[in-house]
Amino acid sequence: MTHTFVGMPPFPTAAREALADTQLRHNLVHATATIRGKRAGVVAEVENWEELRLAGAAVKDRALRGLDERLVQLEESLTARGAVVHWARDAAEANRVVVDVARRHGVDEVVKVKSMVTQEIGLNEALQAAGIAAWETDLAELIVQLGGDLPSHILVPAIHRNRAEIRDIFRRRMAEAGRPAPADLSDDPAALAAAARAHLREKFLRARMAVSGANFAVADTGTLVVVESEGNGRMCLTLPDVLVSVVGIEKVVPTWAELDPLLRLLPRSSTGERMNPYTSTWSGVTPGDGPQEVHVVLLDNGRTRALADDVGRQALRCIRCSACLNVCPVYERVGGHAYGSVYPGPIGAILNPLLKGTGDPQTDSLPYASSLCGACFEACPVRIDIPEVLVHLRSKVVDGHREDRVPKPEAIAMRSAAWTLSRGPRLGFAERLTGTGLGVARRFGAARWTSARDLPAAPRESFRAWWRRTDGRLDDSGG
Amino acid sequence: MRVALMVTCVNDAMFPGTGAAVVRLLRRLGVDVDFPQAQTCCAQPMVNTGYLDEAVPVVRTFVDAFEGYDAIVTPSGSCAGSVRHQHRLVAQRSGDAGLASAVATTSPRVHELSEFLVDVLGVTDVGAYFPHRVTYHPTCHSLRMLGVGDRPRRLLEAVRGLRLVDLPHAEECCGFGGTFAVKNADTSVAMGSDKARHVRDTGAEILVAGDNSCLMHVGGLLTRGRSGVRVMHLAEVLAATEDDPGGVR
Repeated sequence: MTHTFVGMPPFPTAAREALADTQLRHNLVHATATIRGKRAGVVAEVENWEELRLAGAAVKDRALRGLDERLVQLEESLTARGAVVHWARDAAEANRVVVDVARRHGVDEVVKVKSMVTQEIGLNEALQAAGIAAWETDLAELIVQLGGDLPSHILVPAIHRNRAEIRDIFRRRMAEAGRPAPADLSDDPAALAAAARAHLREKFLRARMAVSGANFAVADTGTLVVVESEGNGRMCLTLPDVLVSVVGIEKVVPTWAELDPLLRLLPRSSTGERMNPYTSTWSGVTPGDGPQEVHVVLLDNGRTRALADDVGRQALRCIRCSACLNVCPVYERVGGHAYGSVYPGPIGAILNPLLKGTGDPQTDSLPYASSLCGACFEACPVRIDIPEVLVHLRSKVVDGHREDRVPKPEAIAMRSAAWTLSRGPRLGFAERLTGTGLGVARRFGAARWTSARDLPAAPRESFRAWWRRTDGRLDDSGG
Repeated sequence: MRVALMVTCVNDAMFPGTGAAVVRLLRRLGVDVDFPQAQTCCAQPMVNTGYLDEAVPVVRTFVDAFEGYDAIVTPSGSCAGSVRHQHRLVAQRSGDAGLASAVATTSPRVHELSEFLVDVLGVTDVGAYFPHRVTYHPTCHSLRMLGVGDRPRRLLEAVRGLRLVDLPHAEECCGFGGTFAVKNADTSVAMGSDKARHVRDTGAEILVAGDNSCLMHVGGLLTRGRSGVRVMHLAEVLAATEDDPGGVR
């Protein structure tokens, strides 16, 4: 029932398929427009939004600048409060820690509160391979898991599904995973939520171990923070005996007080709410209350690589709000699967290459999956200049091919363009061929332009030629 | 004030009428604009595709061509944005301190047309006459990279005879995006088709914008669909007068 993003085609190919899915297109337009509208409303009512953005960015930058020391401090605070801290360089190490804990307690199932990072490392697949079932408990994650599907949005992983599709998934699949959906289940949102609640309640009450991520990890107090909207997180974080949290090392916030701007920015940017419904914070073990064995896995998995990139490191400020997805005109049309990662949309287009490094055709296609319109930067609550990082990563992709024995046609074209554009007269000569060039393009090449769009007619003469002929005299305005 | 026209490579080769319109408009407003013939391109096509080394000689040509001018006017929000935001990065890549300092001098002197008219010349009524129903698309780079705000709108609202109608979802990208238009042609066309649909919904006769490359994309979709809507650069609308309507191509 689990799927992975492994083996996804490069973005343009995946996007072409997605664009042809009319149901997907319709669902996305509706869903993104709704969230966009809500976000715009609650952001507009904050008078000093720009100052708040700057404050949020500053907190994350401060944490990242001294990340080595903050992490050690976090480990000390967590340990002092009874948590067990594990360090994981990559996905395999992190998965091994979680599987080992589960085995030691002899559990054959865990409940999970949605976490991007466990998707990133393929934890569910690793648990499954060890004979341990991992149950997603967020409504949207449940829909994705039951549907044998992949998440397509950071906040709303099942954004590509409408309620009729969800009803169908629940009716066909819930029984295999536990309590079945009512036989007369309708596609009324309240009925769908009730079916999910009944199905999940059974799992919450039974599970002895939970797995979570964390939105923030506070270094000075050793506190993890999980922000969610459905109460399922609260269930996972308090009911089981054993809790394992997998936390990317960029989630560190230096001090408790510095959570303030971040907890104000996040709900308005993500769900379009003024305040988050369920904000759970816990520091290690509290005797007699909640999980009595608490593990924290601090995960690198490419984050130090991203941190070493002086332009790209700002991406580690990301608080996973998904505002950039909701305002992105590319995302709105192709959806999340085309990005081939749990991190889709504009942030995914920079985060994946930064975490994995460039060099693979799928990863290398991501920085180009943008028209550089800048809507993402404008919406980002921690001011990540996504277009700037996209262009920077494009140069990394190009630089990775500079030693190719056979250069790509694009590289040859860019080199000859650079030659032509380095001297005015060379360009003047080339422009005398504009008409011919357009004619040739219409007949033979440029199909990727002309298959849907007309090309303009070629002018009689270039501006340069007109100026030279008339010295810019207006009584002979060529063109 | 020595003022230079930075016509841009796309306008030079494909839309010379836009360059001529800027000259006509500025001369009417008393600005003796010059066209430095050594100019070529702002290097944005290279930079935005990731070819930074290839952009270096082009940026060098740019700063040489425009050296000594007090103001550089361009009928392209995107190219103005490229000069003001990217030339510094290209100079940095070259490791040439001389180029970096030349860029630091030249870049801030580049103004997109509406910025030059409103901020430098201090005019919003340029004395234009254009009796048509038009809608305006604020291109992404002029809107979000330069922050031209409502300057183009104010200029259009002051044009006699012109009826300006609101474009729904105006601030959404048209999908051109430079090489994006061919590298991700399907997505680009999907975005452009929605933009073209919104344009048609306005009932406007003409779609106006400050960037011919975006207009080439949306215009290409509008003519392919035989929509009966044409596209026109802001400069050509502002250049039109009762005596010299221009613009009709």
